[in-house]
Amino acid sequence: MEQLHPYKADLHIHTVLSPCGDLEMSPSAIVKRALARGLDMIAITDHNTTRQIKVTQKIGRENGLFVLGGVEVTSQEETHCLCYFADDEQLDQFQIFLDAHLPPIPNDEDRFGYQLIVDEEDEIVGEEEYHLLNAIDVDIDGIYDEVHRIGGLFIPAHINKGTTSLMSQLGFVPPDLRADGLEINFRTTKAEQLKKFAYLKRFNFITDSDAHFIDNVGDVYNVVYMAHRNFDEFRKALAGEDGRYIDTEYFREHKLPRII
Amino acid sequence: MKVKDVVEALNLKVLSGAQGLDKEVEGCYVSDLLSDVMGNAEMGNIWVTLQTHKNVMAIASLKELAAVILVKGQSASDDTLEQSNEEGIPFLSTAAETFETAGKIYELLKK
Repeated sequence: MEQLHPYKADLHIHTVLSPCGDLEMSPSAIVKRALARGLDMIAITDHNTTRQIKVTQKIGRENGLFVLGGVEVTSQEETHCLCYFADDEQLDQFQIFLDAHLPPIPNDEDRFGYQLIVDEEDEIVGEEEYHLLNAIDVDIDGIYDEVHRIGGLFIPAHINKGTTSLMSQLGFVPPDLRADGLEINFRTTKAEQLKKFAYLKRFNFITDSDAHFIDNVGDVYNVVYMAHRNFDEFRKALAGEDGRYIDTEYFREHKLPRII
Repeated sequence: MKVKDVVEALNLKVLSGAQGLDKEVEGCYVSDLLSDVMGNAEMGNIWVTLQTHKNVMAIASLKELAAVILVKGQSASDDTLEQSNEEGIPFLSTAAETFETAGKIYELLKK
């Protein structure tokens, strides 16, 4: 078997493109902070848009950080679902789907915050016109189907959270849910979830910071044991294939150094 | 008051679970958050919601609710309707919005 390496990965990070993302959350600042704190891999997951991913991936490539392209989609049920994609083509296909299904309601930046697309130099190069926190008009199953048709991965976000989660919106995780994994936030552990909901043991878990502010990047992270840092290796780790796996507990006893 | 009396008064469409129309309605609960319904709805309530996920049926069954009213012309999946038929918890539909629907039920139950 190929040798596996432990990669520290924070897979749920918002940029300034998310209305709730802090103005400091530019792609370059996120990559810099992630590297300074010792992360090997991050995912950019703005609300209902992929439009900040490619620039972050470019900056990441140039600086030795693997950046997975993702989105935090708001389903019709108002649950947040992380979707990850392998390459530009998949991201572009999913963006077409998002553009077709996000309600065309303009963003009010005074109330909800800016939705800015920035370049490598933190210059503003565009913005999302429609409010990105709204639910798209596709339900959880429909989003799963589209993500899988394209070739991506589907992971309901922070399932233990009191708002916008499977638990809060649907009362419990549907026993027949189709997903590639489940995300929890730092307020719970996989063991605690399985103790309460034994039927979730068929899923592998991830845990992330859900950072909206630069200081929180890397506060929570996974250790992903895989041979290389790429989408397919991550997919295998999530599925527990070929000895690959994900440790969601390590960060609790091994906080990353604070960077001032 | 029975479920069928509410159906008649509000001119609701019966989507499924017709054998449950003779159930007594003991109050009403209005919410789209299923965790909230699980925590706060009471047995025999009629539940008004725009949430159509199949967990709606599971929670209606768990809480032994009298019926579910889907507003704004929503329907439920075939799976859900099938389970509703099996369990005899009617799924009802109205073109009206929640405010109007809840208001009418409030008036009915006040009598």
